[in-house]
Amino acid sequence: MKRNSWKEYQKQIADDRYYYARSCIRQNFFPGSEKAFIDILQNDLGRDLLDDPKHSSCTGIGYHSDIVPLETIMTVVARQFALMTEAGYENFVASCITSFGVYSEILATWEEFPETEERTRENLLKATGREFRKPASLAHTSDVMFHFREEIARKAKHKLVNALTGEPLHVVEHIGCHYAKIFPKSGIGGSEFPYVLAGMIESWGGQCVDYPERRHCCGFGFRNYLVQANRGYSIANSHKKLESMAPYKPDFIVANCPGCAMFLDKWQYAIAEMEGTTYGENGHGIPVLTYEEMAGLVLGYDPWVLGMQMHQVDVEPLLDKMGIDYDPAAKYLGRNGKYIGKPASAVVNGCPPDTLYDMRE
Amino acid sequence: MASINFGYTISKPRAIDVDRNNLRRSDEILHEMPELQTCIGCGSCTAVCTAGNLTEFNFRRVHTLVRRGEYQGAYEEMNKCMLCGKCRLVCPRGINTRGVVMLIKHKLGDL
Amino acid sequence: MKKVIIIGGGAAGMQTALRLAERGIEALILEKEAEAGGKLRGWHALFPTFTPAEEVLTELRRRIEEKKIEIRTRSEVRSLTPKSVTLADGQRLDCDAVVLASGFTLFDAAIKEEYGYGLYDNVFTSADIERMLNEGRVARADGSAPRRIALLHCVGSRDEKVCQQHCSRVCCITGVKQAMELKQRFPEADIFNFYMDIRMFGPGYEEMYREAQQKCNVHFVRGRISEAAPTLDGRIQIKAEDTLTGRPLRMSVDMLILLVGMRANDDSAALAESAGLQRSPSGFMAPRDHFLHNVESNVEGIFYAGTVTAPKNIGETLNEAIAAADAAADYLNE
Repeated sequence: MKRNSWKEYQKQIADDRYYYARSCIRQNFFPGSEKAFIDILQNDLGRDLLDDPKHSSCTGIGYHSDIVPLETIMTVVARQFALMTEAGYENFVASCITSFGVYSEILATWEEFPETEERTRENLLKATGREFRKPASLAHTSDVMFHFREEIARKAKHKLVNALTGEPLHVVEHIGCHYAKIFPKSGIGGSEFPYVLAGMIESWGGQCVDYPERRHCCGFGFRNYLVQANRGYSIANSHKKLESMAPYKPDFIVANCPGCAMFLDKWQYAIAEMEGTTYGENGHGIPVLTYEEMAGLVLGYDPWVLGMQMHQVDVEPLLDKMGIDYDPAAKYLGRNGKYIGKPASAVVNGCPPDTLYDMRE
Repeated sequence: MASINFGYTISKPRAIDVDRNNLRRSDEILHEMPELQTCIGCGSCTAVCTAGNLTEFNFRRVHTLVRRGEYQGAYEEMNKCMLCGKCRLVCPRGINTRGVVMLIKHKLGDL
Repeated sequence: MKKVIIIGGGAAGMQTALRLAERGIEALILEKEAEAGGKLRGWHALFPTFTPAEEVLTELRRRIEEKKIEIRTRSEVRSLTPKSVTLADGQRLDCDAVVLASGFTLFDAAIKEEYGYGLYDNVFTSADIERMLNEGRVARADGSAPRRIALLHCVGSRDEKVCQQHCSRVCCITGVKQAMELKQRFPEADIFNFYMDIRMFGPGYEEMYREAQQKCNVHFVRGRISEAAPTLDGRIQIKAEDTLTGRPLRMSVDMLILLVGMRANDDSAALAESAGLQRSPSGFMAPRDHFLHNVESNVEGIFYAGTVTAPKNIGETLNEAIAAADAAADYLNE
């Protein structure tokens, strides 16, 4: 792909000593991802990352659904920064894209309207007795991983290459809307040709796919999606993307937003059940990975430790393609070897459409 | 096929997909009445329309949609026209707008 | 004999020199490129009559030769005053008045990343099409003939996002002209012009627009293309809103042509600063006023001709050049 404009949109990413603000709901969809990030940064790359149990949700979902007012979320964010300051860190790293968007937006608002910052300081002091300093740098975890992509490439055990044919894997990269569409300068590569995931993919041997709906939103807009009757609109967005990328025969999709990865994964299931359409090979869906899982696979982590059994679309076809060793029998055994239960068979994983379901099983 | 009721269905796109639309009828209409192509969408016809004054009938929008290959509902809409001819008096491009109504009805319904 | 230096050897510069010669004043043209002629060299046929640009250029050149007017090429000007001009190599030339006819700069379509100029095959600018027409062959990147073409108006004009708020005036008529030229070369092709407004400001322009619609079957969609993306088979998928029906529209085309606007000459800022000349918010040079002093600058002894002050067509440029020459001559004869 001839995209060079990303060099005009660069941002400073700190090299060490991060304060990690986790996501509130990511653990449900992709349980291994955040742990993988911590392990990769601390163990593989030897960096200082603080996983502070005292921090809270940024309340971004509430804010974007008009439930949490602006002043409240500013105070919550201020508390996060206060905890960071108290722990002695100044590089803030957010796990969720919406969080990142919220932090960027609030920092920009404080910059342009200093009276809001004053009021937030007062509110925080009154509510919790804490004081805060603004972070010296704000990055998303995918930015940090992009920053270390060359180091990770040097330690790679598997590349994003088809082990049988030697061809690079075709990867669809999907960027969360809140990453660069709101503040184009806060994203690597800007909003038109974001490079944060493409850079990782290319460094690790893969090849990006440019399909017509590359920039399209996946539909994870809170106000649409939270009301069940509106989800038809949300699923139609992912449907549009999947229809557009299917002819390019991608090997997997990678997303840097937890909501996007969840949607692209789970909507494939819903579409397969409703319409019978699957977008991958042999009647299967296209596996969807988070960038931590992608980095984890590249570094040789066990897929089940990365939490990939929890994906709706089975990832085994991809693991086989990459030549990764895994134990199929251990898929549904949890961390302590206990059986965690097995999902019902689904059309998206190649099962016949007239399979009967018992939701209670 | 789906034994699960999700509570919603996949919304259909509203976009006019020129790749998918069959422009044959539209091309036939424009071939028989090339002056219709000079329409600039000024809206004078719709503004003076007698039927449009009392119903939702929007003459300009219907014939523009037909030219893009969107034929659904066009025949029924054109039936609302009373052929009073006020639109023809006012069109700055001199298009025979009553003729347009008759032609669209002929091509899309009266066959 | 009095002497006037004319900065710029395009249509405006040449015509100014010819008129000055008629008024008995010596003129020296300084042209920064390797040959004179300005943007006229790059055009194929001029609207509204499809007169070959070659014809106009050749005639101007012939007259210049006939009157033995000196043109110094490869002479870029760094600064000026009403009585002298300093070149980029340091040389200083004295004179009695200066006419600034340095023209405009074409908007660089690559800045509008969403259209993929320079990234995707088969996205061209109107200037590229003129060049291809001059070379005798318009084709897609793989050499095949296009079956469906989209032209987009207002690229780099009337666009706050690229800091070009002004209207470039001549792009709409260029879009209509090129649509007709392409239809003539590819009679089976479907041609779509996507516009925000159709501005047909000159003599014969509206009639040409009508002819394009009625005789050449060019489709005009009021709606600006928001993004272009490449498809699997090398075509371009575009999205716009068909505002006349109020619905989004998408289609794939074989060729996307961006009608790029005129923006203020890149050199204008430096030249303005060196001489204390005022510029308008759009960056073009500001004449003393728009009515009785419209070819004079705010500095006595410096005059303007052509697109250095605002977008205009070639006919208007040639007229303005005569007016500027007369104004300079009158000033010198006082």
